[in-house]
Amino acid sequence: MNELLDGILLVFNFQTLLVILLAALFGVFVGAIPGLSATMAVALLVPITFAMDPTAAIAAIITTAAMAIFAGDIPGTYLNIPGTPASAAYVADSAALGRAGRAREALGLNVTCSVIGGLTGTLVLVMIAPSLAEFALNFSSFEYFWLAVLGLGSAVFISTGSAVKGFLSLMVGLLLATVGLDMVTGAPRFTFDVPDLMGGINFIPVMIGFFAMYEVMKLYSMPRDKANGQDATQTIAPQHGSVFGMVPTHLKRYWKNVIRGSSLGAFIGALPGAGADIAAWICYAVSKKRSKTPEAYGKGHVEGLVDAGSANNAAVAGAWVPALVFGIPGDSITAIVIGVLYMKGMNPGPTIFMDNSAMAYGLFTAFFVANLILLPIGYLAIRSAHIFAVTPTRVLMPIILCFCIVGAFAINNSLTDVWIMLVCGIVAYLIANADFPIAPAILGLVLGNILETNFMTSMIKADGNLLAFVERPISIGLALLVLLVALFPVLAKYWRMRYPRALPSPKEAIE
Amino acid sequence: MLSNQAGATRRTLKSLLLSALLVSPMAMAAYPDKPIQLIVPWAAGGGSDAAARGIAAALEKELGVTINVVNRAGGNGVVGHSVMATAKPDGYTLGFITGELNMMHWQGLTKLTYKDYTPIAMTNYDYPGVQVAADAPYNSVGELLETIRNEPKGTIKASGTGLGGIWHVAFSGLLLEQGIDPQKITFVPSQGAAPAMVELAAGSIQLVPTSVPEARSMIDAGKAKGLAILSPERNPAFPDIPTLKESLGSDYSLGEWRGIAGPKNLSPEIVATLEAALEKAYKSDTYQDYMHKLGFGAEWRNTADFNAFLEENNTYMGGIIEKIGMKK
Repeated sequence: MNELLDGILLVFNFQTLLVILLAALFGVFVGAIPGLSATMAVALLVPITFAMDPTAAIAAIITTAAMAIFAGDIPGTYLNIPGTPASAAYVADSAALGRAGRAREALGLNVTCSVIGGLTGTLVLVMIAPSLAEFALNFSSFEYFWLAVLGLGSAVFISTGSAVKGFLSLMVGLLLATVGLDMVTGAPRFTFDVPDLMGGINFIPVMIGFFAMYEVMKLYSMPRDKANGQDATQTIAPQHGSVFGMVPTHLKRYWKNVIRGSSLGAFIGALPGAGADIAAWICYAVSKKRSKTPEAYGKGHVEGLVDAGSANNAAVAGAWVPALVFGIPGDSITAIVIGVLYMKGMNPGPTIFMDNSAMAYGLFTAFFVANLILLPIGYLAIRSAHIFAVTPTRVLMPIILCFCIVGAFAINNSLTDVWIMLVCGIVAYLIANADFPIAPAILGLVLGNILETNFMTSMIKADGNLLAFVERPISIGLALLVLLVALFPVLAKYWRMRYPRALPSPKEAIE
Repeated sequence: MLSNQAGATRRTLKSLLLSALLVSPMAMAAYPDKPIQLIVPWAAGGGSDAAARGIAAALEKELGVTINVVNRAGGNGVVGHSVMATAKPDGYTLGFITGELNMMHWQGLTKLTYKDYTPIAMTNYDYPGVQVAADAPYNSVGELLETIRNEPKGTIKASGTGLGGIWHVAFSGLLLEQGIDPQKITFVPSQGAAPAMVELAAGSIQLVPTSVPEARSMIDAGKAKGLAILSPERNPAFPDIPTLKESLGSDYSLGEWRGIAGPKNLSPEIVATLEAALEKAYKSDTYQDYMHKLGFGAEWRNTADFNAFLEENNTYMGGIIEKIGMKK
């Protein structure tokens, strides 16, 4: 109880609340600008958090992410361009509502669902994480090895696009993870006598390159008139009606969808490799399958909006469950967060609630505050939406490029990191243009070290006996789970052949 | 001590005056004017990490800039030690060097020695303990040693640091002193004490011979127990854990030192600034209370003493490592 109070006090002080407010504005701005994702907002934020208190730094990240995911709906509704990939699932519906002059109504509903979804996700995090951590104390290197494999497996099979391309993208990430001194013997690998590479490839510059640099390059490679279309000076239909006027009516009608979207979203978020965007896609598809009026979807129907709008914000919180308890990221945002947690002395892992309970409760409090502040800030953002619509992307991108370079440099004050960022931006551009998903590469880089270290440790413990990996009860359970994930496409195919009207597979939902 | 501090202050003043004369005041602010990175060569949550964070928090107050503790674990300490040795000597990347620095090169793991650094001050010294799982069948260090002596090789698997790290060497030395072949335990390298304690609680290893405070959270949670501490006196933070002398009558002891250093060729002005600030930070209540509360040992050596200590300790560790057969 004392720890809970300490945690709350860590958040309710002037400095932290101010940081939350600023982060909220930053998150709204980045999220509302098409092409700038929530992950990118967080990646650019990390160098700034260096000078902050641990709690303030973490609260800034949480708030930015939650805000950006909601704000992605704003250009989606007004311009039919999703601000972040997480809003893409239901952009057809929200844009149709916008064209009909009901943009404020749609966004009012979106922000309310986002708040409910975010709070539900937070509740799931608060309820599950501590008990899961207690259970995770039984995990040894064998279990962590399987967890890492599970994370990599679901990254391949749940991500967008073809599984083969996901797998190849994963290999790129794993290859990057081998750079640096060998964890067990200390032998240098792929370091080319560059001292900065001894400790491995720094993760944040890679993220900045993959998410921010890539967007800059994508915009400038587009034909000029098409890019100008994205500048979005095109006409916006005249809007009327109040923001929250119709919300109670819709919520009363679709309260079941709110609950379903929030809980399913939180669960999908907690799966390694699947974040807010995939949660939104799957929940939208589920909603359509279960709806009485599936034919209305995509033409300005609010039902799917309710499901997917709650799901993407719920997923933001859900992704923190594996990140805090195992140090295994639930999505690309928490992949960045884990590095920040370590830097701030809050070590993710099963002992987090034993060693840092006050800070853990501070983190939970920050989540509640961030989701509540979403309501007023979201309202302001909806009322002043035209600001985002007239911000020309061509002016913004050079500024972002500056942020990319400064951010990559600031982390270690090293030029090597800037080069890594630039090269990763180009690589991301090339592989994304060939329709390869980027998320598996990120997960490969993050989980590569966990996978290798735990494999080597286990092999030493077992004197090289591979059977030891399935000798402990939890490890065999996890091994079976890995097998299930690997066989998932086959099983799903069989299932659909027998029950044609059953739920869609995630891949199908996305395509 | 006092004259040293005065000397340091004089040097700081002199350097300040010099820099004021030589460069225009606009071009260069006084060191430090931006966040400093402190590299710890072991995983977060262990003793090196805790001791580094303790002194970093106190030093932050003295210097007025943020100090970010960065864990660069792996390769038995080689990774972190290499990174700090090769950093730019601008005073904004410092390292927390640990006892392994005087051990790794004897074991052929790296060519790095203490001569590749600019030692600034030693802030911590810890003695090893003997920790086993809470449900382990032994209740004293004597019973554990008998198990190792009589059971087949590899029955007891230990972890807590890299292969040939301080806790490995210290425990091997104890086994040797008790007439047991050090090879009878299997040592599993880990990135530090914290991951090893998790493995101990999960039941996949049997022994973690790290310092006692590193095992604190697992002991408090009822997942582990401390059998002995290899120090001259009991640790006031753990009054129930007997010393080795009380249990076995042995005087054997070998511990881990830790301190702040910069890369080679760090300018004398920066060293003087840091030494003076570190001494104040070391004596501050922030640091002393923190270390005392957690049960870590605070021990101070200024720049000159730390340099002399490193030289002497290096020779001593070389001898021990040769005796237990780990020299390469």
